[in-house]
Amino acid sequence: MAFGAFATAAPVQPDSAPRRRSKVALLLLLPGIAYLALFFLVPLVSLVLTSFQAKTPGTDIGVYDYAFKIENYGLVFNTYSEHMLRSLLYAVVATVLALLFSYPLAYFIGVTLRRFPLLQSLALTLVIAPFFISFLLRTLAWKQILSDEGAVISTLKALSLLGSDAHFTGTPGAVIFGLAYNFIPFMTLPIYTSLEKLDLRYVEAGGDLYANPARTFLSVTLPLSAPGVISGTLLTFIPISGDFVNASNAFLGSSETAMVGNVIESQFFTSQNYPIAAALSIILMGAILVLVSIYVRRSGTEDLV
Amino acid sequence: MAQGFAESGADLELIGITKRFPGFTAIEELNLTIPAGSFFALLGPSGCGKTTTLRLVAGLEDPTAGRILIGGKDVTQTKPYQRPVNTVFQSYALFPHMTVLENVAFGLRRRRIADPLGKAHEALRLVELDHVAQRKPAQLSGGQQQRVALARAVVNRPALLLLDEPLGALDLKLRRQMQIELKDIQSDVGLTFLHVTHDQEEAMTMADTVAVMNKGQIEQMGAPEELYELPKTAFVANFLGQSNLFTGKVTSSGKDSIVVSVDGAKIEVPRDRAQRHAGEVTIGVRPEKLMLHTEAPKPMPGTNLIGPGRVSDVSFSGVSTQYTVSVPRLGELVVFAQNMAFGPVVNHGAEVWLTWTVDHGFGLADDPADGPRFPADTDTKSIAVQRREKLEEELEGA
Repeated sequence: MAFGAFATAAPVQPDSAPRRRSKVALLLLLPGIAYLALFFLVPLVSLVLTSFQAKTPGTDIGVYDYAFKIENYGLVFNTYSEHMLRSLLYAVVATVLALLFSYPLAYFIGVTLRRFPLLQSLALTLVIAPFFISFLLRTLAWKQILSDEGAVISTLKALSLLGSDAHFTGTPGAVIFGLAYNFIPFMTLPIYTSLEKLDLRYVEAGGDLYANPARTFLSVTLPLSAPGVISGTLLTFIPISGDFVNASNAFLGSSETAMVGNVIESQFFTSQNYPIAAALSIILMGAILVLVSIYVRRSGTEDLV
Repeated sequence: MAQGFAESGADLELIGITKRFPGFTAIEELNLTIPAGSFFALLGPSGCGKTTTLRLVAGLEDPTAGRILIGGKDVTQTKPYQRPVNTVFQSYALFPHMTVLENVAFGLRRRRIADPLGKAHEALRLVELDHVAQRKPAQLSGGQQQRVALARAVVNRPALLLLDEPLGALDLKLRRQMQIELKDIQSDVGLTFLHVTHDQEEAMTMADTVAVMNKGQIEQMGAPEELYELPKTAFVANFLGQSNLFTGKVTSSGKDSIVVSVDGAKIEVPRDRAQRHAGEVTIGVRPEKLMLHTEAPKPMPGTNLIGPGRVSDVSFSGVSTQYTVSVPRLGELVVFAQNMAFGPVVNHGAEVWLTWTVDHGFGLADDPADGPRFPADTDTKSIAVQRREKLEEELEGA
């Protein structure tokens, strides 16, 4: 299962099994390597090359020559650093919100419902069920629900909990809400896979050794489910950083909430400024790589069982 | 309540404890008092309710009825972390994400005891594992993990230490060593130990008091020698060592002894060693008390004589040899004979007579063929629950 990418990291094996390099293994790896080369390496190289292109003099928009125009990056940094920071901030807040919502849910399904396998499967299905409806449709539905005339906002206004001119869609809050909502299943499932395997005897041992339930949770349950939390946060943080649906005008955002994804989209498709779009993509990728590697090293995945 | 090290052990009192699970009763009306500072062993076959008793004391299960008192305080309603009790779990339950040292220091840190790491090192030295303090539990062998589990519990100096088959994974030599060390710790600090085991030898060598448990109740309780010499029930006679049991009618009852007629053979038992003195009674004698004779001995007062019989099995076990002797109408009798340079050595099929001193016999309070204590629970739901739990146990064990 993809959710278990980090959760199922094999325990440290004593190096008793000698490493075997057989030709059959290489042969079996070949389709995978070929796939990666064709659909990951080639586009990546092409993207890097594009990011250095310069406009062909005396042509229409959208025509570029291969060059080594490193100024593209400087331009991107100066113009779009605000969008970059906003994206990362939204991604961090939405990931934290999704985690706060998903952990109790995953605990309930993986531990509390353990004695009722049927209910457990049902609850898991409900977590995945939103995937059966298009992500765009669901986000659009939220736009309707949260619109100024929608049931939620008008009720809050009627109760005077919100001012009469208040609105929610188009605000950063709405965008972060949409991002967190859309990625909750990606957070819940990996945490569920870790908690489902949690041996409750460790929890009993914590209680026996004078740790109250809160302390036992912090010292025993949480560290033991850390692989799930780490893979869950990565599976939400990375796609959220590049998301361009929730923050766009047509959905939950406005021009004030534009994220990097929105800029890249408009540069590619509206302005047809491919070098700028490519440079932005590469900077985003670099930023995510740096943040994620710091995060993974900090949380010490190597030591996790 | 759980502050600081216990100055001394606390006594444990169980009053009318009953524990029912869906579909079966694990413990029925259990009353038990364990005096402070004693080493108490709860001995019984698997499924007799001994581990459930331990979990009730630790607070990991709630009793259906009854009260639990530790050091005179009612702890029935308190949570496990509030009880001055530590457990050495059968599954060790060492935290896999912490080093051995952190595992041992865990309880000390929770109670904010000064110098937790120093005390943890000390406890690890006690179990000779200080050199692996920085390793993770998964990098240790089963026996080492068990010793870490022991250190993790003992380091807290609880008023009451619960041991759930704590030495099961150790080899014989290490087990002997740990038995002595446990006993030392217990007598040094005067803690109360409640030790649950199915190993009768371990229970007898370590404990001051042994309680034999069967089907959710205590069959008999007492010092190991007393239990061995004078078992009161057929279950105790057979679970604690082996016994040769005979059932018959009391034919004459004297001042000092009673005579039981077992299918014609007359067997004499001291009056004060028999629980019942009239009617149909079951009597017994331990296999090592029997003497083998290859020629018919003369009947002597104060000695029971049985025979002739035939040796149907001989099995050599080092210190002694176990003979199975078939005696017509009495069935199979087991004899342990020391392997000494002299004395009769008999082969399979030899004709032998058996004698023993009357003083060695004992009379039981019950008959060997007792029905199940709890009526079978036959409604389909409970059968399904039981079967599922059994399956889950098997899966867990696999």
